[in-house]
Amino acid sequence: MSNQASVLDNLEEVRAMIRRHKFNDYVFSIIGLIALMIGLLTLLTLFVDLVMDGYPRFTFEFLSEYPSRRAAHAGLLSAWIGSLLVMIVTFLSAVPMGVAAGLYLEEYAPKNWFSDLIEINVTNLAGVPSIVYGLLALGLFVYILDLGQSILTAGLTLGLLILPVVIVATREAVRGIPVAIREAAYAVGATKWQVVLHHVLHYSFGGILTGVIIGMARALGETAPLITIGALTFIAFLPPSPITDTPPFLNFEWLSSGFTVMPIQMFNWLSRPDHAFHMNAAATGALIIVVTLLMNGTAIWLRYRIRKNIKW
Amino acid sequence: MLPNQTELKISARLAKNVRRHFVERVIEFILMLAAMSAVATTLAIVAILLYESLSFFEHVSIIDFLTDTQWTPLFEDAHYGILPLVSGTLTTSAIALLVAIPIGTIGAIYLSEFASHKTREIVKPILELLVGVPTVVFGYFALLFVTPLLQKFIPGLPGFNMLGPGIVMGIMIVPYISSVAEDAMRAVPMSMREGSYAMGATRFQTAIRVVTPAAISGIIAAYILGISRAVGETMVVALAAGQQPNLTFNPMESASTITAYIVQVAMGDLPHGSIGYQSIFAAGLVLMLMTLIFNILGHLTRKKFRETY
Repeated sequence: MSNQASVLDNLEEVRAMIRRHKFNDYVFSIIGLIALMIGLLTLLTLFVDLVMDGYPRFTFEFLSEYPSRRAAHAGLLSAWIGSLLVMIVTFLSAVPMGVAAGLYLEEYAPKNWFSDLIEINVTNLAGVPSIVYGLLALGLFVYILDLGQSILTAGLTLGLLILPVVIVATREAVRGIPVAIREAAYAVGATKWQVVLHHVLHYSFGGILTGVIIGMARALGETAPLITIGALTFIAFLPPSPITDTPPFLNFEWLSSGFTVMPIQMFNWLSRPDHAFHMNAAATGALIIVVTLLMNGTAIWLRYRIRKNIKW
Repeated sequence: MLPNQTELKISARLAKNVRRHFVERVIEFILMLAAMSAVATTLAIVAILLYESLSFFEHVSIIDFLTDTQWTPLFEDAHYGILPLVSGTLTTSAIALLVAIPIGTIGAIYLSEFASHKTREIVKPILELLVGVPTVVFGYFALLFVTPLLQKFIPGLPGFNMLGPGIVMGIMIVPYISSVAEDAMRAVPMSMREGSYAMGATRFQTAIRVVTPAAISGIIAAYILGISRAVGETMVVALAAGQQPNLTFNPMESASTITAYIVQVAMGDLPHGSIGYQSIFAAGLVLMLMTLIFNILGHLTRKKFRETY
């Protein structure tokens, strides 16, 4: 009799314990979700804050005016054009170099200490703080190579900065291609380079593009390395146009022109005590965020589609 | 006549093969040069930092550099003690980690052990978007949103302080920590979880007592990589922490960090070769060494956990 009661009691205890532990499960899953929501919430707050502070400056004039001492008349013209030109140089320097390096490491590199050395360097470079690239550029590009504080210097600096991103993306994209594709090409007599160019590069294009977009978005938002090379913050002129109406129609003087970019312009407005300039900074920030989020969003969407559509 | 023609054909093909082989070799060499650019960049960084730092240490004794408690290279009465910049860097990084480690770890456990496939597909891209936000924008957020908010709760908090930027930096590095830690946890073999479930453990118990200990070196590696991010972060502290070198570990005070100092000097127009110019390279060298140590530690612990299974 008493034995049966104690078993029943025990059963009750065990059930209570199970309920308690199940409840813990439930509580933790809510805490976990909240922890992850903090990220999303911050992003939202940040964006709403920028838009609320900066909305009076969302005008066409803001994009077509030069910076000015009067906050209400100051605009982003030289900054967004500067950003665009710097991005062109960054793209042209980082993408061919990064894709070539990635192809070499995946397709050509023999397994030896030399390839290991390159690998270690790529991993390590991805962890170097961006401002250190700025110091490298200041010492190497600005003074030793005497390129000055120009668009060329800035583009090359950001190119070096995103090189590891492009290399890693290329390697991952290339690694996903089955050996069978390569073997089929070899079987009909293609050389290694033909295999790489016509097949490997062709099939990994989407993956590489994803990495390139993420890298370019990062370069667009980078501020510290460009400040370090001594980018000016008050530029009331435009670099010479890259396209001219007389032959040869292309003009490379813009490469050596002084420049400013959007994040630097924002930093400059933000470091002023006057609140009117903070409004400009907020509008600039909102613009930068929209552009970088669009770029990153495109990249993520692209990767998702590739993963979904390609079944080897 | 006929064999002669065949011979000609064969030799033409051989010549084509030789040419093809040569072109292949040239292309391989060009690709190798591109890959070498990574090594060259590292070497160039080390060379430039060492070269300018050496000229800096011709003027400043290394003992002063490491022990002096003031950093005023641009003043009349110049002192070159790196300690105030290091204390600022460490304090802001410590606050960032106090924010990022709990949030990042809980997030990682949730993503790896609790979240459904669908939740993960939604949450991970959002975290990636957060990584993509430029740091100068986070600087704005720290200076004009977080600090004023904190001032409502902490009376007497100055407009420039280390707390606000530290918190914002913490939120910035949450995605890094949670994604590396999650990778480590998902690498734990399913059989270990199944063993735990078979003994009657709940999800939470399995996550805390089985999966987390099994993945601990990977999780620690995530923390270390987070530290190295925080130490190298520039714009947030340059904007919101004030730019006065200050030997303190009190988060309520304003201070400068190594990175903020480099930005501050670069904003002014220092002549090439002056001691102020060289001082940013010495500061950069210290920064590089700090992040290098953390990166190596991180990779070593990560490697160790990979070998376990």
